[in-house]
Amino acid sequence: MATLKVEVRNLSKVFLEPVSGTRTEALRGVSLTLGANEIVCLLGPSGCGKSTVLRVVAGFEGPTAGTVLVDGRPVTGPGPDRGVVFQEQALFPWLSIYQNIVYGPKIRGVQREEYDRLARQYIEIVGLRGFESHYPHELSGGMKQRVAIARVLINSPAVLLMDEPFGSLDAQTRTAMQEWLLDLCQASPWTILFITHDVDEAIFLADRLYVMTARPGRIKMERVIRLPRPRPLDVLTTPEFMELKREVLESIRSEAPALAAPATVEPGAR
Amino acid sequence: MQVASTAPPDPPLGAPLEGRAALRWVGRLARALAAPALIVVLWQLAVSAGYLPPRLMPSPAKVAATAYDFILGNPNSPAAYAFSGSFFKHAWASLVRVLTGFLIAVGAGVPLGLAFGVSRTLERFVDPVLQVVRPIPITAWLPLSIMWFGLGQRATVFMIFLGAFFPILINTTVGVKVVDRRLIEAAQMLGTRPRQLFYRVLLPASLPSILAGLRIGLGFAWVCLVVGEMTGVGTGLGSAIADARELFRVDLIMVGMLLIGLIGYLSDRVVVHAFRRTVRWSPNLFR
Repeated sequence: MATLKVEVRNLSKVFLEPVSGTRTEALRGVSLTLGANEIVCLLGPSGCGKSTVLRVVAGFEGPTAGTVLVDGRPVTGPGPDRGVVFQEQALFPWLSIYQNIVYGPKIRGVQREEYDRLARQYIEIVGLRGFESHYPHELSGGMKQRVAIARVLINSPAVLLMDEPFGSLDAQTRTAMQEWLLDLCQASPWTILFITHDVDEAIFLADRLYVMTARPGRIKMERVIRLPRPRPLDVLTTPEFMELKREVLESIRSEAPALAAPATVEPGAR
Repeated sequence: MQVASTAPPDPPLGAPLEGRAALRWVGRLARALAAPALIVVLWQLAVSAGYLPPRLMPSPAKVAATAYDFILGNPNSPAAYAFSGSFFKHAWASLVRVLTGFLIAVGAGVPLGLAFGVSRTLERFVDPVLQVVRPIPITAWLPLSIMWFGLGQRATVFMIFLGAFFPILINTTVGVKVVDRRLIEAAQMLGTRPRQLFYRVLLPASLPSILAGLRIGLGFAWVCLVVGEMTGVGTGLGSAIADARELFRVDLIMVGMLLIGLIGYLSDRVVVHAFRRTVRWSPNLFR
């Protein structure tokens, strides 16, 4: 961890509902770091504010208190140095796959030959050759997320911000996408902040992970994941993985509100 | 998009693709024409059997003959009269009025709607006035527009404009307002500057809704055309209907109505076709 790509210091966020005046404290004193080429997973129960951390780093929301530095500079708004991959698909539906991928360089005034060369390269990397002229609605969920990844990678961002990117995919596709993402980073490393509530996913992907508390979100636990790389899928069944998973699950479970046990219904009472 | 469950069974394997497409097209046409054909047959039977008074309900054959005479003219017709062969004159006059009023409505409604969608402040100032003006029925505008513009051409175009303007304005405003916030955020994080956002995201994202507004507006334009023309302009399909009533020509009234319906339908197809390439991505596009 030679240089810090992202540094979140003492971040707090309070949302004010403009009509009712309700204050919601989403984050309280969150600090975390991302080193260069590091995959960091942020894990927590739903509603804990983990997406809010990502949205502040992305520049979609301003901090109530605290600072966010990317490459040593404070974040003032969204920009192409922080590529965001959303959970729900957010490709431009009126643009073809090719046009979606070249959107970033094109809008920043990159010359045609240059962005065309980059587009070919990234279409190859995400395995979508032959789909250039298709439209997003013609693609499967996994393919759409690969387009979403390609359109931010083409901007050469300092950090990739992924907000439960595989959360809406079916289980098989999700696993395939996780392996694919690791292969991608093996081939050429990226710095990734990965938000998820899936413990398996977090441990499988991460170099390091943070666990957050329930709202207001704070950092509860930090773990360096020392599983070897490249990391084949069967690492999920190793004792080291199991031990980590048990520890993380316990930490998360203590945050989740307990559900009342289902009441017993007398047979015939209906 | 073809709905698979209603597609006819495939022709035998080996049939050329164009052949299959043509077969499917013929099948669709046949299904579309089945209900009208049944109505015409029942109608003819009812008239022939004497259930319907021919003066109020002429037979389909009579209506068809009148349509032929109205459109193409028939110098040998014993009843050669002012309407014979006058269809194109009337249709052209109506079409010019509809297009003029509609295009003015598009020119005013789309930019204003886009501005409303972007600026809440502007909308808060102007929208209350428009919302009160909007529910006033088009027929209630008739006396005022005749006072302002005189009987005829300009009053009719003004009413067409009014009828088409509001659906276009409202659909455009809503189209911009409901643009998914994630698309705007996606554009921002990819490097879109605020002033690029409009052309890059807001406008293309609201095109399907704008198209819906244009189609509804064009429909209202035809309604307002007939209302305007029936108040005494010399030409136009609406005035032809009004004159036919004076002459107690039910057959001609029906022909006029059917032709207005047909032209209205064709004009809608033209609008849809013009937009088809630009909004084909939209999953909720009605074709």
